[in-house]
Amino acid sequence: MHCPKCHAPMNTYNRSGVQIEQCSGCRGVFLDYGELEALTQLEAQWSKPVPPAPPVAPQAYPAPPAPAWGAPHGGHHGGHGHHGHHGHHGHKSWAHMLFSS
Amino acid sequence: MTLLPALTAQARAAAHPAPGAAPCGCDEPATPLADRPDATVVRHADTVAKAHAPGTDAAELTLRLAVAARLPDVLLPPLTPAPAPLQDRLVTFWPYGAPVDPDDPDAAPWEATATLLARLHLTTPPDGLPPMRGPAKAARAVARLRAALRPEPHPAADPVLAAWAALPAWARAEAPMPGTPALCHGDLHLGQLVRYPAPGGPWRLIDVDDLGTGTPAWDLARPAAWYACGLLPPDAWTRFLGAYQRSGGPAVPASGDPWPALDVPARALTVQTAALALVKARAAGRPLDDVERAIVEACARMAPISPQLASADRD
Repeated sequence: MHCPKCHAPMNTYNRSGVQIEQCSGCRGVFLDYGELEALTQLEAQWSKPVPPAPPVAPQAYPAPPAPAWGAPHGGHHGGHGHHGHHGHHGHKSWAHMLFSS
Repeated sequence: MTLLPALTAQARAAAHPAPGAAPCGCDEPATPLADRPDATVVRHADTVAKAHAPGTDAAELTLRLAVAARLPDVLLPPLTPAPAPLQDRLVTFWPYGAPVDPDDPDAAPWEATATLLARLHLTTPPDGLPPMRGPAKAARAVARLRAALRPEPHPAADPVLAAWAALPAWARAEAPMPGTPALCHGDLHLGQLVRYPAPGGPWRLIDVDDLGTGTPAWDLARPAAWYACGLLPPDAWTRFLGAYQRSGGPAVPASGDPWPALDVPARALTVQTAALALVKARAAGRPLDDVERAIVEACARMAPISPQLASADRD
């Protein structure tokens, strides 16, 4: 489509799931019916207070799979936990193992 | 003359090859980098001389040197194409490369290591190259444990020997390795990486003594074992494995669970590590430390769970 104001072509962008058109000439923005409300709602969600953190902070990514004989925390295939041995051993205490046959 | 001074003289001569040159005025004296029963390594200026283990086969070592010379993007290239005899040992000469700082394992180049391994594994091995010696090294570690137990048993040794007995024959060096043979390093750990040229050049793999054809998952299995034993943090393991997969390495599938391929070699290297830890603790007359106990405990958990034979997935 073309800009109703300066008639330059308009480009479509996605902003938080809402399609908006912006003019390539005057940079003006065109919103379809309901899009302004959708953006307002999204903004309200962002400014809501952050829910309290769960007692045990979850890991950002699931731990990669490990074998069943791996360090114990469930010990099931693919269910390698992350609250077990990891980090319990200081770097120094096992670093020598990294460097020898 | 014992080996170390003789090797030192050779390193100095290789660093200053001009015939009849005046005594060298290098600021830095020759430094022994390693002096173990299986290898003595001396550095002088930018040259390193390595005396290989007694009984090393000259023809096989020459083939392994040729691989390093042919793959300078992966392996540190040797200075000379063939080993030279010195007393009862074979000596090879190398340029000096800067190693990983053992006091800063966080700086370990996991991605670079994985990329080098993938490149190595994707290289067609030359004809006549002997097998990679990873399983043979594991078998040797278990033999050393058995010898150390002869005067007196050690309570922690039983689960280690049971885990070894449960491994398939190929992982105990009693049968050929399964699958399409790939070019493998055979003894990967963080001491096997240097920056060349030092100090800021790209990372290269060193130590071709165990290099050969075999199951490439063996080269990933030491980090895999450290991760499984709860020593290597998940993010370091993910970085290493991910970089290997992105580089197209053939040892594990490009995505999904890598453990069907890693299980057997990671078990074998866990057993090898546990066996050598027990030998060292016994020799020093000390109990196992926390880390060594974690490795032995992993062996104890292996016995009831039969290994996922990598070959079963391929057949």
